[in-house]
Amino acid sequence: MTSLPEHAGSKRLGLVIDLDICVGCHACAVNCKEWNSGGVAAPLTDLDPYGADPTGVWFNRVHSFEVGEGASGRTVHFPRSCLHCAEPACVTVCPTGASYKRAEDGIVLVDEDLCIGCKLCSWACPYGAREFDEDQGVMKKCTLCIDRIYNETFDPVDRVPACVATCPASARHFGDLGDPDSAVSQMVAERGGYDLMPEMGYAPTNKYLPPRPRKDSAGCTGGLAELAPAIPAGGGGFLGWIDQLLSR
Amino acid sequence: MHPSFSVIFFTASSGAGYGLLALLGVLVPLGIVPQDTLFAVVALGLALGAITAGLVSSTFHLGHPERAMRAFSQWRSSWLSREGVASVATYVPAGLFAIAWVFFGGVSAVLGALVTLGAIVTVVCTAMIYRSLKPIQRWHNSWVMPNYLALALMTGALWLAWLLRLFGAGIASVDWLAILAIVLAAALKLGYWRFIDTTSSASTAESATGLGALGKVRLFEAPHTSENYLLKEMGFQIARKHAAKLRRIAFLLAFALPFLLSLVPLLAGGWPATLAALIAAPLATLGVLVERWLFFAEAKHAVTLYYGTARA
Repeated sequence: MTSLPEHAGSKRLGLVIDLDICVGCHACAVNCKEWNSGGVAAPLTDLDPYGADPTGVWFNRVHSFEVGEGASGRTVHFPRSCLHCAEPACVTVCPTGASYKRAEDGIVLVDEDLCIGCKLCSWACPYGAREFDEDQGVMKKCTLCIDRIYNETFDPVDRVPACVATCPASARHFGDLGDPDSAVSQMVAERGGYDLMPEMGYAPTNKYLPPRPRKDSAGCTGGLAELAPAIPAGGGGFLGWIDQLLSR
Repeated sequence: MHPSFSVIFFTASSGAGYGLLALLGVLVPLGIVPQDTLFAVVALGLALGAITAGLVSSTFHLGHPERAMRAFSQWRSSWLSREGVASVATYVPAGLFAIAWVFFGGVSAVLGALVTLGAIVTVVCTAMIYRSLKPIQRWHNSWVMPNYLALALMTGALWLAWLLRLFGAGIASVDWLAILAIVLAAALKLGYWRFIDTTSSASTAESATGLGALGKVRLFEAPHTSENYLLKEMGFQIARKHAAKLRRIAFLLAFALPFLLSLVPLLAGGWPATLAALIAAPLATLGVLVERWLFFAEAKHAVTLYYGTARA
């Protein structure tokens, strides 16, 4: 049923992505692709993978943005995936019941056996979380690695989404954002974690942590060292002669 | 948004069909249009044929057309599902209406009203599919539904005038109805175009990334080197280059020429009147196809904010 669950529990599993730490290495996207090519949503079809115009289904995309101008400008790497919204229009627009939001943990999933491939859910998502599998004719999306996080054959430490498990910089965190005492909720409270496009009213579960304020001086390391002038000003000798020659 | 031809044909064809059906639902019980069997068969055939062709065409863009029946199940939440239910439900009074008109030569006002109501509800559902999508500001506004309804009425009225001329039974009141519908639809379309030209989404690259506090956000490096599904489906750009020209073509074909042609029967009788009415409806339908193509091609999706556009 594509109506949202009426009696949802308080548990809201999701991700917290730290834009201060992300180095834009795309490991999350690659490990996501690797895991999910064999997971519940498999295959994540690639068309023309070795040709001139390859295209395929990915649940994770890492954008890089330039933000600000001049000396205060900076590069921010920005991983983008399903936010498992509390008000997911992708679910309610689905005419077949293929898209659904789980009452027990808030994960948004697609039942590929019910999907007719009308693509309306992808139109309803402002975040571009859903990608259509041309080959299979059904819509695919991030499952929050439902086949990892509840997998009892895994060590508890590995029961996290593939993107979180692989991040070499620990920029991605997984947990219960419905529990204010969880580590991820604490992190969001501490760092001012925010929603993407709050004006859409989708109430995303995933939160993004902003880049920390930039340090313009070297601070406690003692400031910039004074460099010795390369050429003694107004000096004589051979270097002085070169200096005079080049200064003309 | 990528203009999928099956959806453009569906909305234009079924829109005209429902417009014609809605008018028949009112005008047949009132005895305004000819009551003979041949006219009934041709008029209903045209209306239900256009509707059915549109509905069948709409399944062509599905990844799994064989599962299309499932789309009737989620009417509680989905406008697409509601449209499916309303379209099929409308066949019930329309079928009874056809039996009563063709075999018994008369239709009760109640049955006619049910047919008209079913046709209107279905077009409303079609418009609401687009109207309800928040990520597309050019669809998520109050101009969309009146435009869909007015264009359905306009094409329906023009095809009714076409049928009447075909049967040599032109009616001035139907010609006037067509002219009024053209003026209404043209005004609403111009209003829609003005609205999308002068407003933009509240969402920006800054709100999409949440990085606005640090300054202006520009795409530095895209996540992938070739186009993906999102860019093909939501980032469609080809038509926008020619948008101004296509708007003029759509306006000419859908409104200006059918308006002038619809005046002819009111000013002159005989073959010029017949010829003008016979040309007006197909021209307007062609114009609506161009208009519908623009409706998709000019619509910008919020996801493009992640791919280098500043505003959606």
